Amino acid sequence: MVRTRFSRRSLLQTSAAGVAAAALPFGRARAQADLVIGAVYVGSKVDFGWNQAHAVAMDVIRNVPGVTVLEEENVPETDAVAQSMESMIQLDGANVILGTSFGYFDPFMIDLANRFPDVQFRHAAPLWDAARHPANLGSYFCYLNQAHYVNGVAAGLSSPTGRIGFVAAKPIPTVLSNINSVLLGARSVNPEATVQLIFTGDWSLPVREAEAANALVDAGCDVLTCHVDGPRVVIETAERRGVRSCGHNASQYELAPNGFITGAEYKWETIYRLYADAFAAGEALPNVVVGGYHNDMVQNTPYGAGATEAARQAADEAIAALRNNEPIYVGPLYDNRGNLVIDRPMDNLDPELDGMNFLLDGVIGSIT
Amino acid sequence: MLGTAPPGVAMAKAKAPLRLGPAVEVVVIVTGALLTAAAIFSLFLLAIGHSPVRFFELVYIGGFGSSFSFQNTLRRAAPLILTGLAFAIPARIGLTMIGAEGALVIGALAAAALAVPIVTQGWPVALTLTAMALAAVFAGGLWTGFAGWLRHSRGVNETISTLLLAYIATAVLFFFVEGPLRDPGSANRPSTMPIGRDYMIGTLPGTNVHWGLVAGILCCIVLWLVMSRTTFGFAVRLSGGNPRAALAQGLPVGKLVVLCAAIAGGLAGLAGFFEVAAVHGQANAALVAGYGFTGILVAFLARQNPLAIIPVAILFGALAASGGLIQRRMGLPDASVLVLQGTIFVTLLAAETLYGRFKIFRPRGDER
Repeated sequence: MVRTRFSRRSLLQTSAAGVAAAALPFGRARAQADLVIGAVYVGSKVDFGWNQAHAVAMDVIRNVPGVTVLEEENVPETDAVAQSMESMIQLDGANVILGTSFGYFDPFMIDLANRFPDVQFRHAAPLWDAARHPANLGSYFCYLNQAHYVNGVAAGLSSPTGRIGFVAAKPIPTVLSNINSVLLGARSVNPEATVQLIFTGDWSLPVREAEAANALVDAGCDVLTCHVDGPRVVIETAERRGVRSCGHNASQYELAPNGFITGAEYKWETIYRLYADAFAAGEALPNVVVGGYHNDMVQNTPYGAGATEAARQAADEAIAALRNNEPIYVGPLYDNRGNLVIDRPMDNLDPELDGMNFLLDGVIGSIT
Repeated sequence: MLGTAPPGVAMAKAKAPLRLGPAVEVVVIVTGALLTAAAIFSLFLLAIGHSPVRFFELVYIGGFGSSFSFQNTLRRAAPLILTGLAFAIPARIGLTMIGAEGALVIGALAAAALAVPIVTQGWPVALTLTAMALAAVFAGGLWTGFAGWLRHSRGVNETISTLLLAYIATAVLFFFVEGPLRDPGSANRPSTMPIGRDYMIGTLPGTNVHWGLVAGILCCIVLWLVMSRTTFGFAVRLSGGNPRAALAQGLPVGKLVVLCAAIAGGLAGLAGFFEVAAVHGQANAALVAGYGFTGILVAFLARQNPLAIIPVAILFGALAASGGLIQRRMGLPDASVLVLQGTIFVTLLAAETLYGRFKIFRPRGDER
């Protein structure tokens, strides 16, 4: 990405005579009013996925006056993340730390928040609990399943057969909710639509993702979508096999010039701007920020060549409905083993949905 | 390796040319290789428009420049010392066992699995930790010992078998963590039950470094003594140097092979124990962090000498610790430190051919 990044601090550091002088904590000598915000990513910043979505948002607030952005990529969910974050605080004077990977939270960010009460820590998953966790820690999250619902609507009207293939990493609630939302979106426009599912078992297994994508096309699916860290392989495989595709996490528009329909994208910049504004105004950063379409925290990628006219219209209408908080999960809904799992309309941010452990009727696949 | 002095030494002593011992030879050649690697890497940096001086300055600041930085280095070095030993010990008997990662994972899983029932029964902390450590060492020892047995009794190549066993270990970990041992509370990040803060190993007094570092250093010292000062160590080195001769001497080469493999597994298992008891507090996918594979580089750089592993692991810890700072201050990608590591590895392998080439390092009287 950006090769040479110039900041006041790097100038200071470069001109500091000798190594000993450079070891002094210039970071802490900075004016208190400046926001030094450090983001830590678990993978590459250019992964066409989760990490890129965060990095793109950080690039937006990089240009806000008085804001310095620090970034580190490929930091595993081990002791390394605690060290990276502490290094940002100790050596670069960071006063807000963003942890963007699920496993960073417990124990690493909780420990750090206790040790550095003057630094604000925010983590990208709805895990923070006021009763159990430090007050300078917090959570933010975008409910991407809303954008996956829109994917489902557009896919349902773009697919000649109504058979959607889904490549998923692990059977955990966030993933299951995206799968079920694609199904409900597709069924809202085509009651016969199905979602055929393959789990790969881990977040980044490109070879297995390609195998799964090919197997789904062989099985007759004509739209592919996915929930893995980097959707690139699935989207490119779909394009090569001549079927359509829906994206996930970040924009994959350019990867599939013929078959791309639309994609589910995070809009982290809304949250990061909110933090920067609160900091500039001298206000406390909110502990919990969650949302979806109604508060501009998710979006769909601009329609690609694979989206039919009918699909574009229906998807636009679905987005408008989500902005009005119209619910996705409206009971009675049954899982694919015949059990009643949702008996009433559920608010889109209902915490009960955070524990989802079923696949709805119409999803071909199994959690176990 | 063994510099036995020929009988002519005493006579040559009077007007002897300057001769240095084999230990000095190792230091000179390794240092030369490191400097060569630094020079090659500097050219690489210049080619992409960055200052090598700044790079190595940041390595110093990030790795050693302050109390925080040095502790960061030591924390990162701790697991590498044990996994480095896990490669070095079997290497002395001629085995190339690259599967420390697997033994680490299995050891960690065993420790965490054992902890779940005994923590809930409220065993004393010291007893619990001892039991966990023993379980980890035993499980890791069995895991790699099995590869040693395959080698000895079935002639299975130990490099391949340990590598494949590492993949199997990861799969076993995932199976238990996502299945029978899963903590129901760990919805989006399958993990075993946390052992709880009270049961975790603390840090060294006055520092932020856990006791795994001390354990690693102790193991290095003990194994150095065993390998260089005991008949067992002599038998191992003899079997490694010439297995046929060792057999002819009546040494139990087969048993030694299995034993060395088991010791290696036990060491890696111990590293796994510290990951659970000092860092994560539970077993989950984050245990598969590549420490076992980095340990191979550490052992190579240390030329399989247990004592040399300590400074080498600290060097690698410093590179890892400064990697983040380099990303942040220079805008270099995360992979740049890996490029340096790879360059070091290649120059070291090339430098292997230099041993015995320089007269100055040969014993007096050896005038080849």
